[in-house]
Amino acid sequence: MKGNVYLSLAAMALTIYLVRLLPFLFLRKPIRNVFFRSFLYYVPYVTLAVMTFPAILTATAHPAAGAAALAAGLVIAWVRGDLFATAIGCCLAVFIVGLFI
Amino acid sequence: MDQSVQSGKAPAAASLENKSGWFLKGMLAGIPICMGYFAVSFALGIAARNTGMNALQSFVMSLTMVASAGQFAAISLIGAGAGFIEMITTTLIVNLRYFLMSCSLTQKLAPSMKPAHRFGLAYCITDEIFGLSVSVDGYLHPFYTYGITFVSVSGWCAGTVLGVIVGNILPAAAADAMGVAMYGMFLAIIIPPAKKNHFVGGLVAVSMLGSFLFTVLPVLRSISSGFRVIILTLVLAGAAALIRPLPADPDEEEEDE
Repeated sequence: MKGNVYLSLAAMALTIYLVRLLPFLFLRKPIRNVFFRSFLYYVPYVTLAVMTFPAILTATAHPAAGAAALAAGLVIAWVRGDLFATAIGCCLAVFIVGLFI
Repeated sequence: MDQSVQSGKAPAAASLENKSGWFLKGMLAGIPICMGYFAVSFALGIAARNTGMNALQSFVMSLTMVASAGQFAAISLIGAGAGFIEMITTTLIVNLRYFLMSCSLTQKLAPSMKPAHRFGLAYCITDEIFGLSVSVDGYLHPFYTYGITFVSVSGWCAGTVLGVIVGNILPAAAADAMGVAMYGMFLAIIIPPAKKNHFVGGLVAVSMLGSFLFTVLPVLRSISSGFRVIILTLVLAGAAALIRPLPADPDEEEEDE
């Protein structure tokens, strides 16, 4: 870690706030441009998928535990689709696999 | 949500007068979000501490950003000593979905609402708070969203600070386990739509494959994780928008099957 943490936080917090604020200031009508609207719609799926894999495999002390978390997360998200249950399920998978390694 | 029954105030629908009634109603509706946020932000606090951030820095981060994936990215950027250009660009890309949500929520505002509330509501845009706010009947009363946000962000900040402070007295195995909560949350956001819409499912799979290739192939491997997210998002979401544009009616995008 280097540089000023508070300065970094200020830059990123301001960026996030502007992302949230600009539509409130300038948008009085729905977006009509189909490409832009479609692009924005797909963004979260690509971004979150890229951030999750393969990072989840290296987030734990042992890759097998990360793989178990990924499997548990995929199954629970598929079956239940619940944010809290999926997060806890991933944690439990890592914890249980950790007991056997 | 049936919390309105418990509030006992039953504020008149779409009334712009009853501020405290709507705020209370929002606080009650926000309790489940608060609980979920607490657990996830605890893991976020652990991640922040592992990067070397202290409790105050983490508290400021959670209070000013209120963004799960965004803060997760912020922590890794700070940890990697990223430059400001990369920080701002990554933050912009990772949080672009809030832009879309803000666009959507502007359609729920009463024409008579004071313009100053637009600055307040912008702060409140997260997946969950947006989800509750956008689902009210008729116009959104800003104080309903403020109530949800007050409770949710309290849990978010408390969890973060506790994660930083108590994270180091947790056994390594428990801390390890908490660390993947964030990824579980991401999966819970992307998998249910992928189940309903096979194109989104394919896009998620291609994104994960692309991300994997970026970590193993020469040259691509040397690209920082922040720019990897930016490049893959611009290319893959752009390609998806060209291949499968959304139907003209904004309300049809969920019923693709």
